[in-house]
Amino acid sequence: MHTDLTINGAAHSVDVPAATLLVELLRDHLGLTGTHIGCETSQCGACNVLIDGQPVKSCTVLAAACAGAQVTTVEGLADGDTLHPMQAAFREHHGLQCGFCTPGMVIAGIGIAQRHGAGVDRATIAHELEGNLCRCTGYINIVSAIEAGSKAMADA
Amino acid sequence: MHDFELVRPTSLDAAKAAFAGSGEAAWLAGGHTLLPAMKARLRAPERLVDLSLVPGLTGITRDGDRLWIGAMATHATIAAAATVMASIPGLAAAALLVGDPQVRNRGTLGGVIANNDPAADYPAVCLALDATIETDRGSHAADDFFQGMFATALADGELVTRVGFRVPDVSHYAKFRHPASRYAVAAVYVARFGSDARVAVTGAGPGAFRWTAAEAALGADFSVSAVAGLAMPADDLNGDIHASPEYRAQLCAVMLRDAVTALQTR
Repeated sequence: MHTDLTINGAAHSVDVPAATLLVELLRDHLGLTGTHIGCETSQCGACNVLIDGQPVKSCTVLAAACAGAQVTTVEGLADGDTLHPMQAAFREHHGLQCGFCTPGMVIAGIGIAQRHGAGVDRATIAHELEGNLCRCTGYINIVSAIEAGSKAMADA
Repeated sequence: MHDFELVRPTSLDAAKAAFAGSGEAAWLAGGHTLLPAMKARLRAPERLVDLSLVPGLTGITRDGDRLWIGAMATHATIAAAATVMASIPGLAAAALLVGDPQVRNRGTLGGVIANNDPAADYPAVCLALDATIETDRGSHAADDFFQGMFATALADGELVTRVGFRVPDVSHYAKFRHPASRYAVAAVYVARFGSDARVAVTGAGPGAFRWTAAEAALGADFSVSAVAGLAMPADDLNGDIHASPEYRAQLCAVMLRDAVTALQTR
């Protein structure tokens, strides 16, 4: 199915079967493997991307239903060599261990910052990470990273 | 998933025409139940009719004693809408308990209602708030619409367009969430309309249902003490690896008390 969409600021014109999931388009067709597939059942959040600025699970969205949309993956967050404030906060606070869940955590963190702003508290962050799983159980530092990243995004 | 044809109509008439073509069709709203079901090969429609470009399905308006919400409104939109917060804050809070933030950005009111999962939230909300479910062919009272596990009054191809919730004096949703799925193990929505109360339960039985004994008790005396000794019979409740019928019955009683407590202390 012919689909025109914007990914990380670049226009893409693709032709994929209608059953192609957005995460499959990103990884298998476009080589954007920063977005991960964990559970593929909309539980784990490893596949989170931004569609028109909103975090969603790309394993549960059809690629062809994104025609006309602006998709941002973890590859599209940094500005050249300058990390996005949320990415920088994850590095600063060691908000990752194996790193598998990290792209989805960063995207979820951006959503939390957008919804709650610089003053978001740790309990709210922990609650709103309910759709993201870290199998290393590194949540303490992830919450710290999102707390700091939310402040940094407000200052940016 | 098996492959299928995806149609993205830009009008309600075009959507209905697309659905009516040959072969099995399904409406695609937020896709957060349909797509997982298709991945699991539980569903294999030949054609999906995407409703996201059909205009007029997302509005939220207050009209007299009803709050109308378009079927394609997402849970996140409902939870954050000023009109919902002002009219029925209990409904906004219930929307925030659906799934997780990413799911709430995609899943829709109409999709949940048309699917009628026995542990979904909105069926209980609709029953307790005496909702009217409008479709492209007419309207259904919530009491007639939900017909047990995954069953509704919708005819084949009938499309939910908007839902009108009767605005209560106060209402509250108390939900015991399954920690992995976020679905209700048992949840109770309590709404007070003058001296009347409507109470609906989801997650506990084969479908959402009204708890008439709780309604009678709260109708006589809207207080925690009026329902303190009220027990839910376990006979017709669900039992699975997560919770026995007896446990769910106990949860219903606790959720009912929690909801009434929340309303009394406000």
